[in-house]
Amino acid sequence: MKNDFLVMRNVSKSFYGVKALKNVDLTIRRGEIHGLVGENGSGKSTLVKIISGILQADENSVIEVDGFRYQKYNTNNTIQKGIQVIYQDPSIFPNLTVAENIAFNKIIEKGTKFINWKEITRIAKKAMDRIKIELYPDTLVGDLSLANQMLIAICRVITTNSKLIIMDEPTSALTSNEVDLLFRVIRILIAEGLSILFISHKINEVLEITDRVTVLRDGEKVGTYETKDLNYNEITYLMSNKKITESRYIFNNEDKEVLIEVKNISKKDNYKDICFKLYKGEILGISGLLGSGRTEVALTLFGMNIPDKGEILIDNKPVIIKSPIEAIKLGIGYVPEDRILQGLIMEESIGNNMVITILNSLLNRLKLINNRKKENTINYWTDKLKIKCTSSDDLVKTLSGGNQQRVVLAKWLVKEPKIFILDCPTAGIDVAAKDEIHKIIRKLANQGIGIILISDEEEELLNNCNRILTMHKGRIVKDFIVKDDIKKRIN
Amino acid sequence: MIKRILKIREFYIFLIILTISAIMSFLNPTFLTVTNILDVIRSYSFMGILAVGSFVVMISGGIDVSFTAVASIASYVMGIILSRLTGNLFLAFFIVAAVGIILGSINALLIYFLKIPTIVVTISTLNLYYGLLIFFSKGLWIQLLPNYIKRLGNMYIFTLVNNKSGALSGLSIFTIIWIIVIFLTWALLKYTVIGRSIYAMGGNSEAARREGLNIFRLQLFIYTYMGFLSGIAGLVHVGLNQTIAPNAIVGTELTVIAAVVIGGTSLAGGSGTLLGTTLGVALLAVISNGLTLARITSFWQNVIIGFILIVSVSITAYQNTFAKKKISRVKVD
Repeated sequence: MKNDFLVMRNVSKSFYGVKALKNVDLTIRRGEIHGLVGENGSGKSTLVKIISGILQADENSVIEVDGFRYQKYNTNNTIQKGIQVIYQDPSIFPNLTVAENIAFNKIIEKGTKFINWKEITRIAKKAMDRIKIELYPDTLVGDLSLANQMLIAICRVITTNSKLIIMDEPTSALTSNEVDLLFRVIRILIAEGLSILFISHKINEVLEITDRVTVLRDGEKVGTYETKDLNYNEITYLMSNKKITESRYIFNNEDKEVLIEVKNISKKDNYKDICFKLYKGEILGISGLLGSGRTEVALTLFGMNIPDKGEILIDNKPVIIKSPIEAIKLGIGYVPEDRILQGLIMEESIGNNMVITILNSLLNRLKLINNRKKENTINYWTDKLKIKCTSSDDLVKTLSGGNQQRVVLAKWLVKEPKIFILDCPTAGIDVAAKDEIHKIIRKLANQGIGIILISDEEEELLNNCNRILTMHKGRIVKDFIVKDDIKKRIN
Repeated sequence: MIKRILKIREFYIFLIILTISAIMSFLNPTFLTVTNILDVIRSYSFMGILAVGSFVVMISGGIDVSFTAVASIASYVMGIILSRLTGNLFLAFFIVAAVGIILGSINALLIYFLKIPTIVVTISTLNLYYGLLIFFSKGLWIQLLPNYIKRLGNMYIFTLVNNKSGALSGLSIFTIIWIIVIFLTWALLKYTVIGRSIYAMGGNSEAARREGLNIFRLQLFIYTYMGFLSGIAGLVHVGLNQTIAPNAIVGTELTVIAAVVIGGTSLAGGSGTLLGTTLGVALLAVISNGLTLARITSFWQNVIIGFILIVSVSITAYQNTFAKKKISRVKVD
């Protein structure tokens, strides 16, 4: 068809005899926003690498760009045909200015030896005008927010002759306002006739922005659908082939003891007059945008952000938590949002990651590590959290996102916390794995652990929490008890 | 405007230099005389040129510690060849530059193909180059130098005669070479695509690769440029000392790198200025010269350089944590 920009037929890719992609067809039309969804390991990233020319598809695969059929298809072809990728971590240079970052590719492409600073500013201004954003050209990009950095990457891509922009999980670190801004920019580009391949775990966003969606599962194409014919549950079903019906967590706080009570804590430029109680076995949700103060409150409970005023009581005794070590001693666990950076050592084994913080309790009489005790602990939690691996000696980096998150949870659970703070525990995890994590959280709560669940996702909070605090500009603006029969909006 | 100046690191280094100069001139009035200042600039042109090369390497996110061995070999090879041939200054210049470029490109090849950290590669080549030099030279000095090399030491753009001793002083040719090197490198980094690519690579090497920069060509350029400047510095060293000793230069590499770091260049790559680097060298020069004039033993120089390094790196670290803290502020109503 004349309107098709990229046509892929029968595309396969094997790695050492293992098929990562099996006879996948994909057609991207001009001016279309095409969604690509699938669980981890479904072949999304392999497909993206083939489209961008980094990987070569197996024989018998057909790739046509702009009506031209390629025998050998590599990065030279993609650059020439205007296929560009914008990664989750945008390829920006933090130490260069906005103008330089935007004009970078254009300058490299031109192949001149010298720099004309006026021209750079002109190229940058033109690109920014095109997508209707305004940034000062001389600002260092490292000083900008991640959303603006993403926009800089987009500006750079459109300075060259781009036809198809592949966005690989572009929203995973953006706040909802920033996502709106990104979507506005995407719509401007579409109106100019560019095509977008939009890859995301966030199904709501895929539903909102795309025209059509292709679903992959286990390296095979499930199908391509008109987005308007799909809803959230249908997509998750297509992705996982499992019907996920989230049940609600029921909690009864009669006769339960209070684990932690926060009384009127305030901190300048962080939050003000925060009060709440967490009961044994309760899952307390905290919602709010990034920058609402929710993470700051969580860090306070974990001793990393000492409040100016107010009181914290644990087991009805006032405590002052000055450091994470004290917090851990008081039985508090904290899983940060950025689990990869802050939680796990990727090059180490699953087992070693789990026990790294409790090595002291695994010593024998000679103060050496008691390996049997260590193995027992590791096996117990691998089993209990159903971490999928061939052996606990596998490196953490070989695991999928969902399984990595389980290792993070295990790492904290070996310490047997009484209060467990989870900051966006299912961000970037696919739907089925998410459901499993929710089950684990509920099981922990049933055993009497008090859980504070911070999340961006309304569904997640409504299904798992019995009580939700909404924060806005550093205050709790809503304290909301979830009842089975009501499905109110949080905000 | 004032606020902007207060944010610039170079301004603080400049203030420190002024303060130390004030104290030193109080201790010994000769410190702040034109002749003394010109002499200090002359004798620090060797280190200054090396600092410029190190700066370029560090901007790209790498580090090179082998340049002292490269400078030694370049000057030694030049000494040997010129003692057997009738030559001239251009030949001398050509030899040091060629030797520097060859040894620098070996560094670049090893760095690119072995894919191991630059510091490991260059520590190895430092030992390798220097070991070979000592082996072949048997540690012997070269005293007999052609006249046109010896005359370099007394070449001045303008001269002043120091009244008390009658010794010559002025704006030395070495200082001029240093200034040219600074200016050329500044223009290279600011106005050429390769210069901006070096900054880009130091800022985010993964992005540089993704955006299609030729990393091999860049590294080849960076390390041969370092080698080239080391060769020039070797020649300057010969002119300053009027002799070639194979062991005279090796051992100063960390002082040079310290000057660049004090000047505000990030060890992680990507940020820093040539002005800062030059002020870093100036700061070390002022301390060293001042202490000598104040008759304080040179051992204290190392202690003081170490102390200043700690202070300067801590200031950078403090500024960074401060910048991060600013991001996580929440507007509370």
